[in-house]
Amino acid sequence: MLRLSSSSSRRLLNAASSVVRTVESRGFATTGARRADITLTVDGKEVTVPQGSALIQACEAAGASIPRFCYHDRLAIAGNCRMCLVEVQRSPKPVASCAMPAMPGSVVFTNTPLVHEAREGVMEFLLANHPLDCPICDQGGECDLQDQSMRYGSDRTRFHEIAGKRAVEDKNLGPLVKTSMNRCIQCTRCVRFANEVAGVEDLGTSGRGNDMQIGMYVEKTLASELSGNIVDLCPVGALTSKPYAFHARPWELKKTESVDVLDAVGSNIRVDSRGVQVMRVQPRVNDDVNEEWISDKTRYAYDGLRFQRLTVPLIRQGDRFVSATWEDALNAVAQGLQASGAKGDEIKAVAGALADTESLVALKDFINRLGSDNLTTDQPRGDEPPVHGVDIRSNYLFNSTIPALDKADAILLVGTNPRHEAAVLNSRIRRNWLNTQMEVGLIGEQIDAIYRYDHIGTDLKAVDQFVAGKGAFAEKFKAAKNPLIIVGSAVAEHADGAAVFKALSTFVQKNKDRLLTPEWNGFSVLQREASRTAAYDIGFVPSTKSKGVKAKFVYLLNADNITPDSIPENAFVVYQGHHGDAGAELADVCLPGAAYTEKGSTWVNTEGRAQHGRAAVPPPGASREDWKIIRAVSEVAGVTLPYDSILTLRDRMWEIAPSTVKYDETEPTTLDISAAGLASMAGLSAGKASGVPFRKPITNFYQTDPISRASVTMAQCTRSFVDQANIADDAKLAAAQTA
Amino acid sequence: MSAVRLARACLAASRRPLPLARPLHTTAARSSDALFVHRDTPYNNPQIPFEFNAENLKRAQEIISHYPTQYKKAATIPLLDLGQRQNKGWTSISVMNYVAKLLDIPPMRVYEVATFYTMFNREPIGQHFVQVCTTTPCMLRGSTEILNTVCSHLGGIHPGDTTKDGKFTVVEVECQGACSNAPMFVVGDDFYEDLTPESSKKILDAFASGKKPKPGPQSGRQTSENSAGLTALTSKPPGPGEFCAEEFR
Repeated sequence: MLRLSSSSSRRLLNAASSVVRTVESRGFATTGARRADITLTVDGKEVTVPQGSALIQACEAAGASIPRFCYHDRLAIAGNCRMCLVEVQRSPKPVASCAMPAMPGSVVFTNTPLVHEAREGVMEFLLANHPLDCPICDQGGECDLQDQSMRYGSDRTRFHEIAGKRAVEDKNLGPLVKTSMNRCIQCTRCVRFANEVAGVEDLGTSGRGNDMQIGMYVEKTLASELSGNIVDLCPVGALTSKPYAFHARPWELKKTESVDVLDAVGSNIRVDSRGVQVMRVQPRVNDDVNEEWISDKTRYAYDGLRFQRLTVPLIRQGDRFVSATWEDALNAVAQGLQASGAKGDEIKAVAGALADTESLVALKDFINRLGSDNLTTDQPRGDEPPVHGVDIRSNYLFNSTIPALDKADAILLVGTNPRHEAAVLNSRIRRNWLNTQMEVGLIGEQIDAIYRYDHIGTDLKAVDQFVAGKGAFAEKFKAAKNPLIIVGSAVAEHADGAAVFKALSTFVQKNKDRLLTPEWNGFSVLQREASRTAAYDIGFVPSTKSKGVKAKFVYLLNADNITPDSIPENAFVVYQGHHGDAGAELADVCLPGAAYTEKGSTWVNTEGRAQHGRAAVPPPGASREDWKIIRAVSEVAGVTLPYDSILTLRDRMWEIAPSTVKYDETEPTTLDISAAGLASMAGLSAGKASGVPFRKPITNFYQTDPISRASVTMAQCTRSFVDQANIADDAKLAAAQTA
Repeated sequence: MSAVRLARACLAASRRPLPLARPLHTTAARSSDALFVHRDTPYNNPQIPFEFNAENLKRAQEIISHYPTQYKKAATIPLLDLGQRQNKGWTSISVMNYVAKLLDIPPMRVYEVATFYTMFNREPIGQHFVQVCTTTPCMLRGSTEILNTVCSHLGGIHPGDTTKDGKFTVVEVECQGACSNAPMFVVGDDFYEDLTPESSKKILDAFASGKKPKPGPQSGRQTSENSAGLTALTSKPPGPGEFCAEEFR
């Protein structure tokens, strides 16, 4: 009865395989749902952990520190370094605690002679093929192998290698990651990171046994926006940072906890500085934002802080800039304002991507006091009120919040390429895509994503089709429990922006039961620039009547993405910022400001999360913190702003937008207000469809702002990853430089 | 000892591969002589096209159909083998890339497999691939002599080398599972067992002249039966009806 005929069983099998066809090639096992808690004893201490935890996690929970190299709690388990051996009662041998599930009632010892001996033995094997070059190794001082061999290793060696140690040739992974493969202990953390998180499935292990090596087999570079993280993951000095090579030792560095501003994710960073120089940027753990990854731009663009800086006030004389004192420069601004004869909306402010919230507030107050509402941003269509409006926050925020990306089961991307606009956030989409049956759809220009997606179309027509429920992806979206729509910031800059927001918000309204519930807000806008959310929060947008007014006085605050033709002829232009980039070129007076590592300021990320950026180094030369400059300008212009300290300025921020000073918090918009926001967008007048396809706003991930444009490292990245220059040429160039 | 003899003794010592000063730890780790990274060469680069021929493609699809669709990558090894056979006995980078494309997996996953298994030749080999077993049972039965004979008979080449005319490649391999007929070597897919230096030469000569000698034991015995003759079941087996009562014959 139970036996099936072979043909019927085959039919069953076929049916089964057609069901699972969709997961084809995602490749990684799924993680089960959280299950019941179990209790076990570690070193005589009872500890309760969720079932399915690794033994190492249970030991950690009990406060026992377990040495490890290959285990990393954000990566898959490999179990190949054997450093985490512990003793388990009634187990004949020590067990690798990272690869052993915690079992209820088991009795674990982490501090017995057996464990010590096991660790010492493992360490001896690891060191057998590890070169003794710590004095010239960049990892020295922050090396897991160094630290753990001091702590757990033997104090003498029994190896007398006759033929020397294993030698492995170094790989050229590009301009960011320096390799020294002799030092590799083959923990495969980098391989797992590249495959699981970064989504470049080119890194792997080739060969076997003593000849095994990490690499890509063929010669190529590691083309990922997250590649710098493998430097942090590497427990030894096999992968180190190329730009930072031989520049500093970790104990020489002052560490300042801050926030990244080169995209709108607001990754938490630690700025390591020595003296007045930023030596490197490292990630800081924040599970709600960047976990512990940062993008390569965040990590490596810091050398741009040294080049092209504005260090003294400059006044234009004819076709060149002459350096001036602050007094002269401020007077020149005041005179320029007077001489231009600008009245009302003819006074225009343009805020760029790197303007901090404090200076935005100060500039808005200043310009308003001069009688103008012409507060624009340097994005395309930045001189018009944004189509989504700024009265209701949920219309321009990433409402679902970043951690919710792990819960979504269908994501629609509209006019965005998260890989370039928010690389760290994008890795969450990939993780979800790998581990669950989540489906991604895209409307817009095709992208080189790290997950597969259904391409629905490129323009407004595709949005309309999706909203009408036509097409395969719309069906999948309909079946999803936690569907998520991510609208790119470029959509608002598009000719059809209003129509898209109208269509999508109508769609959300119609599907309120799934897209807008107390637990789930499925309509998110992904901003790509660090200052944009704050600008909208404080109302730094032009009024409808200021649109089209020909400006006579233009104040550029970090505005470097502007085109020269957006500035009317004969207008008096003031540029305030830290780099001599596109904006400074147009100015009559340049006021040198501070970069994000040089001022304590507030940054609001795409979720609306206000975070503190802290000053790691002083601003160079005569440059000053930005809000102070605006305060000084206001005084010479005769409309003194009423705040003299950052605290009173933050009181003012509290008055305008309390969310900008509620640090490390995302304030969710209530259902009713979200619904009102949607209603306001649904009532937009769409106008005639232009039919222009949505374009990716970022063509070169590595150079998007004045800091990364000034960075040599980012220029090298552009060369090897964007221009795809031959890496053999690079090697030759490097050889020529060192010679 | 005269100075000359001392100098000669020193010279002899320096010619030894490894100094025996520390008898406990003399074996150094031996690395493989194969490269585990790919280098583009005129005969092996990704620009050289490779595709299964119609017959192999059919076979490949049959192999892929053995596995559930989400575990298609399980077909990596059989497909690489198929590719190696079609590609004159070696797995070029194009073969690996083609298999990756066929299975819809990143090429690195295929490279990992191809570099792990020693039976995938990542460099071109001769027309006849001679694998001489030198694992313990064969070694005890004289495989060292067989290896030396093979190498010297093919013009003094070394294991791992190909003859100048491109006809033979000789390699040392580990146990092939024919220990009861040791020593043995494999030519192509066929086992040649119970070898002596003479029979080895004969086999190689036959291959050199384009013939294919009969595979199996070269000593004349049937498979792995006792080479000293049968010790049991030597008499004629009883025929049908023998020992039966008359009426049942």
